[in-house]
Amino acid sequence: MSLLTIPVGTRAIFRVNPVAKLAAALVLAGVLMLTIDWVSALVALGCEFVLFFWAGLSARMFLLRTLPVWLAAPMAGLTTLLYGQAAGQVYWTFGLIHVTEGSSELAVATTLRILAIGLPSVVLFVTVDPTDLADGLAQVVRLPSRFVLGGLAGLRLVGLFIEDWRALELARRARGIGDGGAIRRLGSQAFALLVLSIRRGSKLATAMEARGFGAPITRTWARESSFGGREYALVGIGLFVALLAVSVSVATGSWNFVLG
Amino acid sequence: MTAANSATPRSASVDARGWGWRHAGRTDWAVARLDLRIDPGERVLLLGASGAGKSTLLHALAGVLGGDDEGEQHGRLLVNGAEPAAARGQAGLLLQDPDSQVILARVGDDVAFGCENLGVPREEIWRRVHEGLEMVGLDVPLDHPTSALSGGQKQRLALAGVLAMRPGLLLLDEPTANLDPDGVTEVRDAVARVLEHSAATFIVIEHRVAVWQDLVNRVIVLDQAGGVLADGRPEDVLENQGERLSTAGVWVPGRGHGLPARRSVAPDAAHGILLRAEGLSIARTKNLEVARDLNLTVLAGSALAVTGPNGAGKSTLALTLAGLLKPSGGRLQASAGFADGAPAAPIAWTSRQLLSRVGTVFQDPEHQFVAGTVRAELGVGPRALGRSGAAVDGRVDVLLQRLRLDHLAGANPFTLSGGEKRRLSVGTVLATQPRLLVLDEPTFGQDFRTWREVVGLLIELIDDGTGVLAVSHDSEFVAAVADREYRLLGTVAGQPAVPR
Repeated sequence: MSLLTIPVGTRAIFRVNPVAKLAAALVLAGVLMLTIDWVSALVALGCEFVLFFWAGLSARMFLLRTLPVWLAAPMAGLTTLLYGQAAGQVYWTFGLIHVTEGSSELAVATTLRILAIGLPSVVLFVTVDPTDLADGLAQVVRLPSRFVLGGLAGLRLVGLFIEDWRALELARRARGIGDGGAIRRLGSQAFALLVLSIRRGSKLATAMEARGFGAPITRTWARESSFGGREYALVGIGLFVALLAVSVSVATGSWNFVLG
Repeated sequence: MTAANSATPRSASVDARGWGWRHAGRTDWAVARLDLRIDPGERVLLLGASGAGKSTLLHALAGVLGGDDEGEQHGRLLVNGAEPAAARGQAGLLLQDPDSQVILARVGDDVAFGCENLGVPREEIWRRVHEGLEMVGLDVPLDHPTSALSGGQKQRLALAGVLAMRPGLLLLDEPTANLDPDGVTEVRDAVARVLEHSAATFIVIEHRVAVWQDLVNRVIVLDQAGGVLADGRPEDVLENQGERLSTAGVWVPGRGHGLPARRSVAPDAAHGILLRAEGLSIARTKNLEVARDLNLTVLAGSALAVTGPNGAGKSTLALTLAGLLKPSGGRLQASAGFADGAPAAPIAWTSRQLLSRVGTVFQDPEHQFVAGTVRAELGVGPRALGRSGAAVDGRVDVLLQRLRLDHLAGANPFTLSGGEKRRLSVGTVLATQPRLLVLDEPTFGQDFRTWREVVGLLIELIDDGTGVLAVSHDSEFVAAVADREYRLLGTVAGQPAVPR
């Protein structure tokens, strides 16, 4: 459940519109995705580590929330090292495994790239409140409000689903069908959860309709979601980091266009 | 804007002219031939047997029954002379289940939701949010997380959200059925305060008449066969129709439950002990201890009621004693006779070993349904014990009849009514004749008829030697069934079980 809780604070980053965080993360990812080389990734990562000081997270929270990225990046790197495109000097072969100069360079580039894209995305989103994001998507990006608010309300059911899952597990033991056949049991339990979640969903829909949701009236918004200087600044920082990474990469001759 | 700014909204009238509704895919009409007039400002308690269409009527008045694909309508139903669906926001509906009515994560936002949908200007929304919260007495910050509210608080939050829409017609569909006694009082008092300040027309559905009797000036009883069975001043209707309402499941004040008392057999402590807990600590999930140092015994042929405030760990205690949750400390042991060859600690029993020893009835019956039909559901336990096909059928037939579910043998358990689900969930457990029954709030949200059936069945079982452990907020249930009461007090250890 702790993954669902959102840290709160007074630093500037908490007041930035989530839409800007989304945009900054997308700009960075979009540009870094164009090339596979370790220089651009390392430059971006270097800048990011400086910026993380303003991210509103304690060191402990930073490590805790980004742990999956730290685990995934070297795993992807290792796979690339062992099975990546062979080039240059061959260091070691074993069956399908070829560790070569080319594959080790790719491995480093992949690891750094996943960190450079993954870390800022996680860090930016840790401080996003889903309600604020929904406000932003509907008012700034102008996505349909029915769609955005439906999703937002549905999100609240996640906690209930976790409780349902626990109860279903206990109930199956109580009903005498909890021994053995774990996979089959998991299947039937997942189906039961699906049935329960549809029922919960339709009840929620009724409750929302009872409060005028979906009425043919132009909706107003109790919370204003604005996009101003602070937001443009964040997207600008994202763009700056991306362009700096590209420039250094091109200047050092290590730019390696993915589609080229 | 004058209407929106005035503190008292205009009240609405209700007119039903030969109105009826049939849900898509059903053969019977949920409501039929209804003729009714409710004047602006009237306060109505709507009664009727379960299945008489009370909820359907309220949903229709709120305009949330859906369109032609959801069902079929005949006659006319009008709020202030107009189709309800065309005048959203005119009627405000509060539903039964507190959990499914919370829409947003923060208290203030949740109250504002309805106003936003009705296009109320921003400054006006926040004025109404404050006013609504004050009216229902919910004194928490606007950014307070809605997930941290109790059941009674969630219902008051939903009520504040409804009030903020300034409805001329306030509709309450069993708003206190899923609440503990404190929650019931909280919500009832909040509604009373609202009615003092509002001229809105008011309709409430509730089995427990006593809760609302003083707040209404008219009682309407819907007939299961269609139309209105009785209509008039509360005293008159309850007096004339008391007997009939009582059999239809309504809790008529001043009428006893008419069940035989428990045969009081002093349990022979030496032979009768099923479970003994010593210094027991219990945890809902790992690392989340809810109570510790609990000492109690569970006896055969005797009922122990576990009571206490919300969050004290009553359900956790019940599930731990039932061998479903692992104790986080201390000892929980079954007597040699009860364990009957299985290990002493119930949590070490296999799922099959549990079947003939402990039967657990969950608070939400839907959690324990695993089959596609009522008949198959009842056969799950006996079949898991390896009983023969004929033996399973025989046992299931007896239960179907005993629980009045025989006409529903082929129905899907999820499609049953609340009372039927409760009876089925008790039946699935009785199918394997366990020596101990553990029940979590068995009478929660039930009408009088189901209440009587469940209580009657339990009394019979206990007198025949079955041990019962029941978590309950329901003082009448505890009075009718329990021999001893074990009270959990919250953060500290529980009290020794005291004879009642």
